[in-house]
Amino acid sequence: MNSIEINNISKSFGSKKALQTINLNVEAGEVFGLIGADGAGKSTLFDILVTLSKSDSGTARIEGLDVEKDYKKIRKIVGYMPGRFSLYMDLTVYENLDFFASIFGGTIEDNYELIKDIWVQIEPFKDRPAGKLSGGMKQKLALCCALVHQPRVLFLDEPTTGVDPVSRNEFWNMLKNLKRKGITILVSTPYMDEAILCERIALMQEGKIMAIDTPSNITKAFNKPLFSVKSTHQRKLINTLRRFDQAYSCYFFGQSVHLAAKNESVSAKEISDYLNENGHPEIQVAKISAGIEDCFIELMRKTA
Amino acid sequence: MNELNSFIKKEFRHILRDKRALLILFAMPVVLVILFGYAITNDIKDAKIAILDNAHDELSIGLTNKLVSSGYFIQEVSLHTNKELQEVFRDGKIKLAVVFPNRFAESYYHDNKVTIQLIADASDLNSAVALTNYASSIIQDYQKEIVKAPVQKPLFETTVKMLYNKELKGVYMFVPGVLALILMLIACMMTAVSLAREKETGTMRVITVSPLSPMTIIIGKVVPYLVISFIDTLIILVLSVFIFGMPIKGSFLLLFLVCLVFLFAATSLGIMISAFSSTQQIALIVSIVILFLPTILLSGFIYPIENMPLALQIVCQISPAKWFIEAIKSVMIKGTGFVDVWLQLTMLTVMIIIFVRVSIVRFRKTIA
Amino acid sequence: MEITIVTDNLTKTFGAFTAVDHISFEVQKGEIFGFLGANGAGKTTAIRILCGLLHPTSGKAEVAGFDVFKHTEKIKKNIGYMSQKFSLYEDLTIRENISFYSTVYGLSDYQIKEKTEQLLTRLQLHSEADKLVHSLPLGWKQKLAFSLALIHDPKIVFLDEPTGGVDPITRRQFWDLIYETADEGTTVFVTTHYMDEAEYCDRISIMVDGKIEALDTPDILKSQFKAATMDEVFYKLARGTSTK
Repeated sequence: MNSIEINNISKSFGSKKALQTINLNVEAGEVFGLIGADGAGKSTLFDILVTLSKSDSGTARIEGLDVEKDYKKIRKIVGYMPGRFSLYMDLTVYENLDFFASIFGGTIEDNYELIKDIWVQIEPFKDRPAGKLSGGMKQKLALCCALVHQPRVLFLDEPTTGVDPVSRNEFWNMLKNLKRKGITILVSTPYMDEAILCERIALMQEGKIMAIDTPSNITKAFNKPLFSVKSTHQRKLINTLRRFDQAYSCYFFGQSVHLAAKNESVSAKEISDYLNENGHPEIQVAKISAGIEDCFIELMRKTA
Repeated sequence: MNELNSFIKKEFRHILRDKRALLILFAMPVVLVILFGYAITNDIKDAKIAILDNAHDELSIGLTNKLVSSGYFIQEVSLHTNKELQEVFRDGKIKLAVVFPNRFAESYYHDNKVTIQLIADASDLNSAVALTNYASSIIQDYQKEIVKAPVQKPLFETTVKMLYNKELKGVYMFVPGVLALILMLIACMMTAVSLAREKETGTMRVITVSPLSPMTIIIGKVVPYLVISFIDTLIILVLSVFIFGMPIKGSFLLLFLVCLVFLFAATSLGIMISAFSSTQQIALIVSIVILFLPTILLSGFIYPIENMPLALQIVCQISPAKWFIEAIKSVMIKGTGFVDVWLQLTMLTVMIIIFVRVSIVRFRKTIA
Repeated sequence: MEITIVTDNLTKTFGAFTAVDHISFEVQKGEIFGFLGANGAGKTTAIRILCGLLHPTSGKAEVAGFDVFKHTEKIKKNIGYMSQKFSLYEDLTIRENISFYSTVYGLSDYQIKEKTEQLLTRLQLHSEADKLVHSLPLGWKQKLAFSLALIHDPKIVFLDEPTGGVDPITRRQFWDLIYETADEGTTVFVTTHYMDEAEYCDRISIMVDGKIEALDTPDILKSQFKAATMDEVFYKLARGTSTK
């Protein structure tokens, strides 16, 4: 059964098309990632799904409930964590959690089981004002607050933005545990490296979904031979590679350059010979399989 | 109900933890009342007065000397007819005239009843009030002096006549005016800002995506500020009664009812402002524009509404403060009953309904 | 090689809390230096000292050849700073932003005119020059903010989490600009949480609890910590200490 069903959703703000006929299904108990940059339309889509705004056209259902007609029922069964951690910074950790439990008509005790694993990590600071917590701690508290009424579907809008890698890592582990308890999770992130932590992902750009699939299927679909190329001087290297007649695309990837070749026949040696001719020292070329970011760039090029 | 309780509890926590808010909520009313109170009570020294002595007997001459030697008054002219009296006032030569009746001493000793008339230029209302008060008290002192024997004699009766502003608008105006201003500030502005803050920090999104109804959120926001501004009302009333001698002639119950209805109007106006503002800053600016101008300028607080051009008079009708000031004045000063303030209360109630209605529609439309 | 930043046992304490704990490092001219650490590891404090905004408690540091104790004003003239929030005036046009920042750094009218042309050409923003910054896409704002941080030809530019939230292609265009700047001899000092961003740096330092726990090129760090990605390096280093 699908926990979230989105059919032909469109929304514009003035002349800006924020969402263009979005279609998407998320299965019950799935961890689904919306991957895209700021302005891709992720938050607009979230707003519609959590009943904060209406789409211009199209329909969406959460657990079979229509986001417009049944919005009151939906609000009882979803948990929502907006982009910035929406906590009351002048209230203590405990007061925040207690408040969010009570507005759903429950208590922390009623729902303790679900939040226990996360709560024990922040409990030592329960009398501290939320504003004085570190980014990672705020993130955990915000997650607790979104979970304290035992939602069936959890919407996390860029939960890891501005949080350090250790906390991000812990956060994704927490999501895995929640999945085991049967909660459907829709999470958005601008960070490509987080895509592989989702079961399925949608790559979004400029209000459109460029691809929906499992991370591995998306990377498998990359149909050009891809090479990681290194040398001593990044900028000279990429400029040389761009002039290579077999080069389809060249992009920096950290310390190396990823080169997609036009033909299957291109070999690592061919590239390395070409660079040698052009006087690059310490050349390393390796054939690699594409990552999500390679695919994202490729999809952007295709749609542009 | 439980949800509402915890919302209100949360709201009080915000307020109690914000030192600046507390200062505005509790220190500002006291400071403002005292400031306005003392700014309005000017000191009197060497004020120019005219004496119209129709008696010329020992008592009238003695009292004139007493008045002039007090240091507060200088006798600018001696008058002989009522016509002259009109002229000196019109020329603005004097601020106060003292009129002794014919057979002043005789009436006092034999008829046991005598009236001294004090006439003041009430176009400068504050000093007019102060001058007549000073003159009255000098006259009372003089009377105590001349009664040597402990024989009970009736007091001189002084009648006060204000020229040019016969209804004494503004005498006790500052208390209702300040009350209106402060309650607007606290009930309206603080409510608006606190709701806008939830929007700004994003918490509004989370509580909207919860089963809380817009009505619960609004009531939860209104109640704490209603309670606090009611406490402020009491503080201001106590200060004005005990420090500035403001009378409360009407019933306390009616007075509180008027205040409460006004507070509801102010908080619901605050809610409406926040419904249209996305940040605290916008809420603050809109509140100041919507609140301060009408409350200070268009409520009759400083400028009498009757003297305004018709167009402005019409604009004044939509200022909640105008109706509140009218109602509270008639209850406190005139001591009128419910029948005389029903119009004001009805107008305020209509405003409340409009403000709440508009806010709820707006909240439903643009929830985030 | 010329050294543009040098610190020697630089320390900053706030009461009993040591925010920066005896850090020593050198950054070369034209180097892209990544300055990493978890939230609260002391990055921000260290940068404030290096930008001449905060006096250290002890130790030595020189930025662009000037002492952080004595010559903070001279340091400010020789560095550029760009933060995540860009510090652009959204309600002014691109041209107005450029001329405002040029004036701030005391450029003459002639220089301002020249700089404006140069900058618009470099960013290919000529056709947009009179549009409000507000209407620009995020990626362009980022490039504009970066260029404005360089308007007075500083020796060092500090970038505080510069590329958050942009798409992969825009991000690479931005790094292209950074490489170009470094090639021209400007030192680029980058702070970030994001390890994929860190991998673009020549060298990386990782701060944990006020101390620099690792400092080298991304490749050497990865092999040193037997990690496949910088994320893993960071996780291994920071684990257990930043979960407080």
